Amino acid sequence: MNDAPAPNSFRNQPDERGHFGQFGGRYVSETLMPLILALEKEYTAAKSDPAFAEQFEDLLEHYVGRPSPLYYAERLTEELRKDAPEGMGAQVWFKRDELNHTGAHKINNCVGQILLAMRMGKTRIIAETGAGQHGVATATVAARFGLPCVVYMGAKDVERQQPNVFRMKLLGAEVIPVKAGAATLKDAMNEALRDWVANVHDTFYIIGTAAGPHPYPELVRDFQSVIGREAREQMLARTGRLPDLLVAAIGGGSNAIGLFHPFLDDPSVKMLGVEAAGHGLDKEHAASLAGGSPGILHGNKTYLLQDDDGQILEGHSISAGLDYPGIGPEHSWLKESGRVDYTYATDKEALDAFQLLCRTEGIIPALEPSHAVAAVVKVAREMPRDAIICANMCGRGDKDIFTVAAALGVEL
Amino acid sequence: MSRFDKAFGKGRAALVCFVTAGDGDTAAVLEALVEGGADVIELGMPFTDPMADGPAIQLANLRALGKGTTTADIFAIATAFRARHPQVPLVLMGYANPMIRRGADWFADQCKAAGVDGVICVDTPPEEDAELGPALRGAGVATIRLATPTTDAARLPTVLETATGFLYYVSVAGITGLQQASTDTIDQAVAQLKSATDLPVAVGFGVRTPEQAGAIARVADGVVVGSALVELVGKYGDNAPAKVRELTAALAQAVHTARENA
Ligand SMILES: Cc1ncc(COP(=O)(O)O)c(C=O)c1O
Repeated sequence: MNDAPAPNSFRNQPDERGHFGQFGGRYVSETLMPLILALEKEYTAAKSDPAFAEQFEDLLEHYVGRPSPLYYAERLTEELRKDAPEGMGAQVWFKRDELNHTGAHKINNCVGQILLAMRMGKTRIIAETGAGQHGVATATVAARFGLPCVVYMGAKDVERQQPNVFRMKLLGAEVIPVKAGAATLKDAMNEALRDWVANVHDTFYIIGTAAGPHPYPELVRDFQSVIGREAREQMLARTGRLPDLLVAAIGGGSNAIGLFHPFLDDPSVKMLGVEAAGHGLDKEHAASLAGGSPGILHGNKTYLLQDDDGQILEGHSISAGLDYPGIGPEHSWLKESGRVDYTYATDKEALDAFQLLCRTEGIIPALEPSHAVAAVVKVAREMPRDAIICANMCGRGDKDIFTVAAALGVEL
Repeated sequence: MSRFDKAFGKGRAALVCFVTAGDGDTAAVLEALVEGGADVIELGMPFTDPMADGPAIQLANLRALGKGTTTADIFAIATAFRARHPQVPLVLMGYANPMIRRGADWFADQCKAAGVDGVICVDTPPEEDAELGPALRGAGVATIRLATPTTDAARLPTVLETATGFLYYVSVAGITGLQQASTDTIDQAVAQLKSATDLPVAVGFGVRTPEQAGAIARVADGVVVGSALVELVGKYGDNAPAKVRELTAALAQAVHTARENA
């Protein structure tokens, strides 16, 4: 915990059994276990294969549109300085992963995983999705590589994310609404796991966040780490120094770990993960670290929203992409090790931040990174003017305009 | 001699019956299973996210949780069952999170106190045995492992290393309650498993009818039936125990006499 001696490096997790301290692991049924082991073997081989890296980087550059820009948000910075104490008001920069093909960071991971699927000779792709961004990104790479794709999506999310459902269908994917449980992301993940167990021989499961059984948290992190590697280089090139604070929204934690991981051994760089506090931590929310406790779900041990008997509670967030009652295991470990700080933003704070960014910067953010912006609004005023904050703009808001309109009482 | 040894040591196959705790009048359903001729009882611990289960058992989980079934209720059911039936082996089957919620030692102590003979934790493979295994075995509670069609010869020793009580062969790669594997494949798999272990081998997943159960009982030490019973509980409400007794009796007849007829 916080007073344990700091490890030599925060970047050498997980151990060979997929554990990040007490978190992570491979809590899957025996049917899946051999497949998980095969995936781990394949990923280990791919990691040391220059051809794999070359293919990945080529697709990121020419298909996804990387590197994404690092942008100094001057008007937002000035706006936040207006009511900051004398000499305060940090510079706010954004890593612009919302400019990626398909509009979010999700595609980075999907490109990596579909290349693994091809290496393993799998001929069918499945995925779960909440907001639909990961579903769209998966459908996109499946189309690009000519593989059939089935996306499981909670029936409630199908309702509130119609544009993304149609996008997936245009891309040739079959979208299966999941009615079980609360019919959101957690239930979609259960259903994807059930499909996988029944189709292990030909199916590759592209998990959308840095969670699930080992090696998923590790490989999703590695594929998303392109965000942090680029940001580090770009920041050094533009300002000659490292940022003082990184900020990212957390659903399962993939955009956050992607930004954070390359900086974990830079002691001067502080980090802040922002969970979704929904209606408030004392009401319905999706903040597993702030309001949950360690448990086992979906293949890994991590912080979960659960009751006294270990039954999983429903998450709530205005952002469908943050509406998950768990979090990737590496974040649980980073929290307990004290290396990363975690906070939260409510639906209302995220909505306010959404509008602020629209008007000050001409950027319509997704509701997920709006949570990160909400945290930036709070902390920038408490940091000196020469401090640098780099926040992850991990998705664009086109998919969310209907939700935002409804929340603001506007009829479209 | 453990209750498992006795149940599987009768010179004929044992009928293993699964129902979900808290679904319907569980005490009455358990009585019906024993009266019908079940040799081993598997009591499902309801969980909000039963990832390895098909529609029938998913719904049973939701019904049980919807009625407010708690972990304490499950142990109360187990304790009462043990008092009425000192000899019938009782297994808890479920997912890891409710089992570890208050700590593995707490769970193991509760199992022991309630007279539970073994635990099947669906989402804890041998690689994560440390989570629950030492605590359970330390309390004299068996850790029943699953072997599946994807468990190849190279992996089987890993599975067997921490397996106690009996070995549960999941005959299809898939979720509970749907299709069944062919008799040939099951015969082959059971022969392979039995050459690798002295533990009794019970076969389940997708077994619904006395005919299917009887065919498996020719070669296996036990036959597990779950979804077909759980569906009766869901469908017949207060009248479920009678229906459950009827199906169990037909299954038991087929399973217990399979080798005579072979
Ligand atoms: C734009 C965007 N950001 C963030 C998330 C949350 O996922 P993660 O925490 O894995 O980045 C999602 C999930 O759908 C998303 O679409």
